[in-house]
Amino acid sequence: MTSLLLALLVMIALALLLGAVLGFASVRFRVQGDPLVAKIDAILPQTQCGQCGHPGCRPYAEAIADGSEDINKCPPGGEDGIKKLAELLGVEFKPFAADAPQPKPRAVALIDEATCIGCTLCIQACPVDAILGSAKMMHTILASECTGCELCLAPCPVDCIRMIPVGTDLTNWKWRYPTIPIKSVKTPAEPRA
Amino acid sequence: MDFSHYLLILLSTVLVNNVVLVRILGLCPFMGVSKKLEASIGMGAATTFVLTLGAGSSHLINLLLTAAGLEYLRTLSFIVVIAGIVQFTELVIHKTSPVLYQVLGIYLPLITTNCAVLGIPLLNAQEGHTFAESLVFGFGSALGFSLILILFSAMRERLEGADVPAAFKGTPIALVTAGLMSLAFMGFGGLVK
Repeated sequence: MTSLLLALLVMIALALLLGAVLGFASVRFRVQGDPLVAKIDAILPQTQCGQCGHPGCRPYAEAIADGSEDINKCPPGGEDGIKKLAELLGVEFKPFAADAPQPKPRAVALIDEATCIGCTLCIQACPVDAILGSAKMMHTILASECTGCELCLAPCPVDCIRMIPVGTDLTNWKWRYPTIPIKSVKTPAEPRA
Repeated sequence: MDFSHYLLILLSTVLVNNVVLVRILGLCPFMGVSKKLEASIGMGAATTFVLTLGAGSSHLINLLLTAAGLEYLRTLSFIVVIAGIVQFTELVIHKTSPVLYQVLGIYLPLITTNCAVLGIPLLNAQEGHTFAESLVFGFGSALGFSLILILFSAMRERLEGADVPAAFKGTPIALVTAGLMSLAFMGFGGLVK
């Protein structure tokens, strides 16, 4: 009986000790990270296009989190993205500014293979590595990886890249988010009998 | 106990009594994480860390248990203590050395409850190793594990491109290869008594 009690005591002491050490460590060695940045970054479309004026989606998320940037600077995210950001941050919805980049229909880049001279400049510009090719070889674009950020258009010396809008077909069609218009209801002057 | 004694333990655990090929412990990470070379290096590093730490800490716990006459609690308390200490170290590393934390990554918590991690402390207790011997034994076993894991993943990457009969594709040919490797390592038998 005593050996059983001893075993119980040893295991309980061990568990309590480890629990206390782990609890202490989780408080003492807590890693300071801003969870808000991760949440904002999850809403952003991860095109890394730089149209917001930041070098990528995460820097933009950090700028939004510390309040130095507006939420309406992300054209690939569209108005849905702004709505989600507004909801997350508890601020008013803001439409895109008139002089800022506007959202466009989704498009992928296409290289005119006859004109391409194989200079690799567009490969270096692509933020998602969607362009294949090597020096003096024809380049091509992986349509499934292309985010339509248009960053490859500017560096091309022979202007052989075009943006092709992506139509809706069975493979990429999605349900639309339900939009329920909210109308202001006038309170009736007197309730009906 | 001179230096050559520890060197012999190291040599015997790495080559002669290899933890995977001779003792047949830790087969799940051996098969599961050997598909990619980078993953196997991360797993090897995490295992080395956990096994060395586990061998040392469970030697101390074993002293406590032996003093209380509770040797039958070894299995239970070893795994609890190893899991707790590894968790504690993970918290500390996360805070103090983010680079190391990135290298060990997800493998650190995964390897904690591996059978090799439990088996090596139990072998230590069975053979009555001293504290230093336990540490070297654990470290050597982990080195052997890492060596085999990395060698095997290099072979497996080549197997991907090999023309294997359909019935043997994937895990079957990997198991056959592991068997052949085990046979090859039997050549080291008798190197260390």
